[in-house]
Amino acid sequence: MHVPDGFINAPVSAAAGVVAAGAVAVSLRGARKELDERTAPLAGLVAAFIFAVQMLNFPVAAGTSGHLLGGALAAILVGPYTGVLCIAVVLLMQGILFADGGLTALGVNITVMGVVTVLVAYALFRGLVLVLPRTRRSVTVASFAAALVSVPAAAVAFTAVYAIGGTTDVPIGKVLAAMAGVHTLIGIGEAAITMLTVGAVVAVRSDLVYGARGLTAPLKLRVDGELVDAAPAAGPGAGDAPARSPKKLWTGGVVTALVLAGFVSFYASASPDGLEKVAADKGIDAKVRPHAAADSPLADYGVKDVDDARLSGGLAGVIGVGATLAVGTGAFWAVRRRHATGAQV
Amino acid sequence: MGAGHAHKLYRQGHSPVHALPPHTKLAAVLAFVVVVAATPREAMWAFALYAVLLGAVAVRARVPAGFLLKRLLIEIPFVAFALLMPFVVPGEQTTVLGVSLSVPGLWGAWNVLAKGTLGVAASVLLAATTELRELLLGLQRLKLPPLLVQIASFMIRYGDVITDEMRRMSIARRSRGFEARGVRHWGVLAKTAGALFIRSYERGERVHLAMVSRGYTGSMPVIDEVTATAAQWRRAAALPAAALLICLLGWTL
Repeated sequence: MHVPDGFINAPVSAAAGVVAAGAVAVSLRGARKELDERTAPLAGLVAAFIFAVQMLNFPVAAGTSGHLLGGALAAILVGPYTGVLCIAVVLLMQGILFADGGLTALGVNITVMGVVTVLVAYALFRGLVLVLPRTRRSVTVASFAAALVSVPAAAVAFTAVYAIGGTTDVPIGKVLAAMAGVHTLIGIGEAAITMLTVGAVVAVRSDLVYGARGLTAPLKLRVDGELVDAAPAAGPGAGDAPARSPKKLWTGGVVTALVLAGFVSFYASASPDGLEKVAADKGIDAKVRPHAAADSPLADYGVKDVDDARLSGGLAGVIGVGATLAVGTGAFWAVRRRHATGAQV
Repeated sequence: MGAGHAHKLYRQGHSPVHALPPHTKLAAVLAFVVVVAATPREAMWAFALYAVLLGAVAVRARVPAGFLLKRLLIEIPFVAFALLMPFVVPGEQTTVLGVSLSVPGLWGAWNVLAKGTLGVAASVLLAATTELRELLLGLQRLKLPPLLVQIASFMIRYGDVITDEMRRMSIARRSRGFEARGVRHWGVLAKTAGALFIRSYERGERVHLAMVSRGYTGSMPVIDEVTATAAQWRRAAALPAAALLICLLGWTL
C-alpha cells in the first residue's frame, strides 16, 4: 500500500503532509506525557519490533503467504500515541532507506497507514473493551474486530485521498470496490494474526498491553478477609449499568460486520488469492528487501478488473458497517470518557 | 550487528557524492522529487532529461547502473497497477496493435510510471551514498523533532537485533520439527510475534535503564555536529536547480 511519487497531486500531498506532521506532533506530545524520557528507547524498540514483525510470513495456502501490517497491533499494544509514532518512523525509514513509498507521498502514507489505521483500530478497540465484559477474552475479540476494520478503513481513506487528488481519473467507484475488497480480505488475515498475537501477550504480560490496562486485576491483600488496594475499581463499576443497553446493539453490529466480511471472503476468495500469489512470487524474487511488502500493493490494485463487479455491492455494505462502527465507537468512547473523567486513561 | 551498521542499500565509496554532508543530500533529493512531481506529464522530454540528470549523479557517485536498476525493481507492484490504467479508465479510446486503450489512462500510466521511477531512483541514490548514522544526523540537522530522530535511531540500531532474535526463534522452531504450512499454524507464529514484542519492550526498558545510569536525561548529546559549507550546498543544489529549470521549461513550452 506504499504510495509512490506522482500518484497523488502536489496540493493534496502537501495537505496530507501537514495532517501527518500535525498527527506526529500530537503523538510526540502524548507519548512523552505517558512515557517521559523512556519515549525514545521504548518507541524505538517497538518500531523495530513492528519492522521485524512485518517480515514474519504467515502461510495462507499452497505457497501464498501474507504478513502483518501492524497498525492495529501497535495501537493495542502500546496505545494510539506511541503507535502512530512507531508506524510513522517505520514508514519514514522505509521511504528514505529502502525507497519504499515516494518521498513526496510520505505524508499520504503516514496519514493513511499510520494515523487512520491506528486511530480507527484504537477507537473501535477501546469502545468494544468498554462495552464487553471485562475479561481477557473480550480483549482478544476486540482486537480482532479492531484489526478487521482498520485495514479496509485505511483503504477507504486512501480512496478518499485519491478521489480528491488522484492524478488519473480512474472511476472512484472502481477504486473503492477494488481497494476495499482486497483490503477486507487482508483485514481478515490481519485480524486473526493481531488477535492471536495480542492474546499471546495478554496471557503472559497483560501489564504490557496498553489496551488491556483496565483489565489487570487489582492487587488484593488478604487481611483476614479481602482488601482491594487500588481506587480505579470504583469508576468503571459505576459506569457498567448504563452500558447495558448499547451492549446488545454493539454485539449485533459487530456480529453483522463479521458475518458480512466472512461471507464476502468466502464468496470471493478464489481469484484474489491467486493474484496475491503471483504478486508474492514476482515481488519476492524481484525485491532485495526480505520482507517484500510486494504482495499487498499488487494485490491491492491488481484485482480491479477481475472482481469489481462481483464485489462492489456487498463490500460497500461491509465498509459502511465498519465505518459506522468506528465512528460510533469513537463518539461513544468520548461520551463515556466525559462521564468517567479521570477513572482511567 | 557484527557487520556494522551499514544497511544493505549502502555502497561504500569515496566519491564526491558520498562526501557531501547528509542534510544537503536529503534536501536536494526532496527538492528534486518535488520538482519532478510538479512537472506536467505532457512534457515527456523533461522526464528523459531528469533521468539523464540522475544518471549523471550515479556516474559521479560511481554507483553501477546494474545496482541502480536492480533496486528499481521495488517498483514492480505499481508498474502492474499502472499497466492496468489504460484498460479501466474511461474516456477517449485509441487503438494500439488492435487493442482498444483509453487515452487518459495511458497518460495516467505514464505519469505514475515516470514520476514513480524517478522518485525511487533518487531515493536509491541517496541511500546508496549515505550511511545510516549520517542520514539520522542529516534528519536532525533538517530540524526534524529530536525525539522523532531518537526514535528512528533506536529503531535502526536495534532493528537488526530484533530481526536476529526473530531469526533465532525461527531456528528454534524448525529445530523442533515445526514447519508453518497453513492457517492452522498461525497460532504458533502469533505466539512468536507476541514473545518478540515482550522481548523488544523489555529490551527497551533495559536500554533505558542503562542509558539513565550513564546520565541520560531525555536528549542525546550531539557529538559530531554536521555542517555544510556554501560550496557544498551549491554542489548539492545542482541537481534540484537543474531539475527546476527543466520543469519551468516544461511548463512554458
